[in-house]
Amino acid sequence: MSTTSTKESKSVAPTTRQRRRANLSDRAKSERRLGWYLAGPAFIVMLAVTLYPILQAFWDSLFSLRLTAPDDTTFIWFANYITVLSDPIWWRDLGVTLIITVVTVIIELILGFALALVMDKAIKSLRGLLRTAILVPYGIITVVSAYAWFYAFDINSGYINHWFDWIPGISPDLNWFAEFWPSLSVIMASEIWKTTPFISLLLLAGLAQVPSELTEAAQVDGATWWERMRKVIVPNMKAAIMVAVLFRTLDAFRIFDNVFIMTNGAHGTEVLSLLAYRTSISRLEIGLGSAISVLLFVCVLIICFVAIKLFKVDLAGTQGDK
Amino acid sequence: MTSGKQKITWAVIAVLVLLYALFPVASILSTSFKSPSDLTSGKFLPSSGAGTLDNYKQILVGDAQGLFLSALRNSIGIALIATFIAVVLATLCAYAIARLDFPGKKVVLTTALAVSIFPVISIVTPLFNLWRNIGLYDTWPGLIIPYLSLTLPISIWTLAAFFRQIPWELEQAAQVDGATTWQAFRKAIVPLAAPGVFTTAIIAFFIAWNDFVYGISLTSTETARTVPAALAFFTGASQFEAPTGAISAAAIIVTIPVVLLVLLFQRQIVSGLTQGAVKG
Repeated sequence: MSTTSTKESKSVAPTTRQRRRANLSDRAKSERRLGWYLAGPAFIVMLAVTLYPILQAFWDSLFSLRLTAPDDTTFIWFANYITVLSDPIWWRDLGVTLIITVVTVIIELILGFALALVMDKAIKSLRGLLRTAILVPYGIITVVSAYAWFYAFDINSGYINHWFDWIPGISPDLNWFAEFWPSLSVIMASEIWKTTPFISLLLLAGLAQVPSELTEAAQVDGATWWERMRKVIVPNMKAAIMVAVLFRTLDAFRIFDNVFIMTNGAHGTEVLSLLAYRTSISRLEIGLGSAISVLLFVCVLIICFVAIKLFKVDLAGTQGDK
Repeated sequence: MTSGKQKITWAVIAVLVLLYALFPVASILSTSFKSPSDLTSGKFLPSSGAGTLDNYKQILVGDAQGLFLSALRNSIGIALIATFIAVVLATLCAYAIARLDFPGKKVVLTTALAVSIFPVISIVTPLFNLWRNIGLYDTWPGLIIPYLSLTLPISIWTLAAFFRQIPWELEQAAQVDGATTWQAFRKAIVPLAAPGVFTTAIIAFFIAWNDFVYGISLTSTETARTVPAALAFFTGASQFEAPTGAISAAAIIVTIPVVLLVLLFQRQIVSGLTQGAVKG
């Protein structure tokens, strides 16, 4: 505290206790009011841009509603949901989305952890360079990443086939985007490249929270690098790992850009977000599209619920009260 | 372990990380300098040595100019406005969360979290319909409003984390000196908070700049179509020519601001991302 403030508080001191108490509760009240004045606008905007649309989507999903025939709108209860859920395409797309989610998150977790360790342990002169490099994929537009990977593998403009033609199965004639698994692999590669930096930064923050006394003690006790990793470091940053995995899972689950650019859903690579887009925006079937949107939202809720209840991921706790 | 050996190990690691992070960028950079006949060479580098600037000419002064430059203008304008609104709202909100005692603090933070994991495509369908009815379809505000769902939550979290580290005694000192809560906020805290606000703005800008789903769903013409969306609708110089070169050149141009921001503010971005996510 500065000298002026102590002077000031001395001169305030002689006032009666009663008055001070009244002032305090007045201040608490005005603080509450100010709190909501300041936080309220952001809160209202957030609700307006998400809660309102999802409620609207739910309402629309109860109608047979096509923009190509807007006069034929009829209330049909949950028939749209039955249509979607009894369509094998929904289940196929859900499967593809889940494959992408599980594979990318696992690889990203391993790769991201390695990158986090590198950034954490790097000698000072390299630290800035490494972090700058890592941030490039983070900042790049996903669509740009998708094109970069697409053109590298594409049968016409690509060079990957020519570089790796010594590997059995790869030849200049291999068309990566003509079949399910090859195209899905490139889609996942682009997704992993672009989003691993994010997960590695979350893990880096987690690493910083592992008490160094613990790792040092383990080292003194003769624990190998692997033992320290498995018994000391990973258990102590479990919370950070869980949060990183949950965030990335939810993010991977809504994958859209890479698939849209590379295959647009061809050869069975369609994901749920693309199905929703195709139904509402391309085919203008707002009723059906809304049902898919609501179902996607429900999927996200289920993932969150499972993570929080089963794996005890404490999201709020990551930034709980001081 | 000798320090020489260690140095070599670190050099190898650094090269690997740089290759990982920069190779796809180098790849599309190289593609952007290829002439149409060169594209199918199957080689990484353009064969004619320095390559050609034709692709850049095409999108900056040539046929695709209208499409690309308007998209660039839309992207810059919409992303900047969405960032600005989000950061202003989030600054006020995060100050209240970090500093003031009021009921519902947790609700605000939880809402921000819920909004940030919301599937974007679920918002698009109802907005598509609504925007067409009220005339916001294919306009700047029609994108800026939904962009707030992307930029606002992360801004609130990142800023709340930053604000918790500010030495608040300064504010108390100002208040004891007779300043109101609002004056104390403006005079004592804003200068201290500015770096955090700036970092948050960069992160929010990246996210708005990256958007694709809103961009392709809620626009239809050059009036509001952003660069990522325009890239998906690029067509070649003729019907039989793939727009590969032009797309690559455009991709490089929109990557430049990202690389610049990263080069200049690496330290701030890293601390912003890690604090907002994990620390309290």
